[in-house]
Amino acid sequence: MFTYTIRRLLIAIPTLLFISLIIFMVVTLAPSDPTANLPLSIPSEVRAQIRASLGLDEPIWVRYLLWLRQFFWYEPLHMLDSAFGWSLATPDMQRILSWQTRSPVADLIVQRMPQTLWVVGTSYVVGVLIALPIGIISAYRQYSWFDQVGTFVSMVGFSVPTFFTGVLLIVVFSVQLGWFPSIYDTTHQVRDFGSFLFQVKQMIMPVAVLALYNAAQISRFMRASMLDNLNQDYVRTARAKGMSERVVVLVHVLRNSMIPVVTVIALGVPTVFGGAIITEQVFKVNGLGQLLIIAIQGGDVPTVQTLTFIFAVLIVLFNLIADILYGLLDPRIRYD
Amino acid sequence: MPDGGAPVLDVKGLQTVFRTRSGEVHAVNSVSFQLQPGELLGVVGESGSGKSVTMMSLIGLLPSPPAEVRAGTVTFGGADLLKVREKQLRDIRGARIGFVFQDPMTSLNPVFTVGYQLAEPLRKHMGMDKAAARRRAVELLELVGIPDAARRLDDYPHQFSGGMRQRVMIAIALACEPEVLIADEPTTALDVTIQAQIIELMKELRQRLGMAVIWITHDLGVIAGIADRVMVMYGGQVVEQAPVKDLFATPQHPYTRALLQTVPHVTGARADRLNVIEGQPPVLSAPPRACPFRARCSHAFARCGQQNPPRVPVGPGHDAACFWNPETGAPRDV
Repeated sequence: MFTYTIRRLLIAIPTLLFISLIIFMVVTLAPSDPTANLPLSIPSEVRAQIRASLGLDEPIWVRYLLWLRQFFWYEPLHMLDSAFGWSLATPDMQRILSWQTRSPVADLIVQRMPQTLWVVGTSYVVGVLIALPIGIISAYRQYSWFDQVGTFVSMVGFSVPTFFTGVLLIVVFSVQLGWFPSIYDTTHQVRDFGSFLFQVKQMIMPVAVLALYNAAQISRFMRASMLDNLNQDYVRTARAKGMSERVVVLVHVLRNSMIPVVTVIALGVPTVFGGAIITEQVFKVNGLGQLLIIAIQGGDVPTVQTLTFIFAVLIVLFNLIADILYGLLDPRIRYD
Repeated sequence: MPDGGAPVLDVKGLQTVFRTRSGEVHAVNSVSFQLQPGELLGVVGESGSGKSVTMMSLIGLLPSPPAEVRAGTVTFGGADLLKVREKQLRDIRGARIGFVFQDPMTSLNPVFTVGYQLAEPLRKHMGMDKAAARRRAVELLELVGIPDAARRLDDYPHQFSGGMRQRVMIAIALACEPEVLIADEPTTALDVTIQAQIIELMKELRQRLGMAVIWITHDLGVIAGIADRVMVMYGGQVVEQAPVKDLFATPQHPYTRALLQTVPHVTGARADRLNVIEGQPPVLSAPPRACPFRARCSHAFARCGQQNPPRVPVGPGHDAACFWNPETGAPRDV
């Protein structure tokens, strides 16, 4: 298992380099201009100078290599410096700067990460916690009213887009009933019970919208996987041994059913970091998803490039984690 | 062979129905039989004759729905298993009645070690702690002839061969020293040499532990070698029942006779074709009111279509459900 993990990590390096090249090409070739948002009165020579100052007059491959050097060499040094108070990075080692804000992209990400993790992360955890019992009960009582209702809710959660459910919740609970704020206040700090309550209140709607969507998907996987296993011969064996239904379902069947579901859950984690772009827009949560949208609109190539690449790293990483979990849960699979 | 005395298991008028979308299927129709302590009862019949369903019904192992036990009594240990609560039934399953199933490849849970699966009934029924269950598990694996038992406890089922897995299944079934062992085609999925080994093992274990065994099979050769008594099933009912020697020497029911003729002979002239019983076994959408075998029977006459023949005694401990008497070649007077 250890050598397998090391081998997979080594293989990940060329994979990620290739992904970074593709992202760079796509972002660079996109017909966006970082000066497009500037006033029209600025003469074209000045615009050209601004572009040159951003390094846009260099050939693509030079820009790509410079970005690589910044991402893999300069940025880690700067991060170590700020973490441990060292001074590894020299002043000429320039960080990856956002074209829009002129601040380091890493700082922007650090600023926005907590909001995304709180809202999107919580919704993922809530979604999984709801989905697993629903999937288990739906499968065990197949075609019961519980299963029928579960199937219906899953279909709704699956097929109704989050921008619709989000706005619907705002109309009902913010506008009509006035229970929850419609805008997520990022500057809010939890100090006492009252402010904690407000934090919970402002999280409820975005978390509910995303949790419904996540739970819909995962509960279907869980149900299908449980159904596959409930008809297996070993279930009959467990019953023939006199095991209680609880043990039969929650030990024998569940352990087998979790194997594919854990993979699905692990592969879904990177999307948490990616932020739920649309939901963040609807509730004005200024998380990573919103950062990406603004950067794309402003033609902010370094931010888009860096964010997208970090998402790619997370996806590769969680693929590996999913495979390792698969091997841990299923003794028939051994990576050697 | 012990006879007389109180049977360890007494089944009367068992009737099991499956409710499907296209109507009901009457899989078991008033099956009655007794199992004496220490006896090995062979149950034969072709696929779909209701052998397995009968045995599963006794102990509530059929999924319900679609299965439903409609009628009958199953007396075991002074109680009617069809009436006791599920919890009591669970205390009997695996403890006093053990099961071995057909396919050892799929009957063990792939994600738990053999030791864990073997220890489960010991801990539940015998109240053993982890260490005691483990010690007993080693003994059991040694009992069923698995070499290096202590080390193999921590292996997973996929690390065992088919024959070895069936030995593990037998060890699980015998873990709590049951009074009755139900073996549902335990050798069907195994190749011939392994089959012979498992049969030898079962013979030996039966003598050592003295439990009664119900051995379901469609292999008459196996039955001839190990059974004390044989019950032949067709269309969800018992058509003939006899001590093993009598059944092979003087089969009474046309179905049994036909079944015996399908067994190819090793000696003598080589037959061009294997003997077969023409036609298909019936799928019963209602309890049969006529003989279920009449469509495939060469001796069928008018009465066979009007009345389902009852089981009538034809010799000591021997009964058959047929109106036709093979000795006289004429209808029986019942």
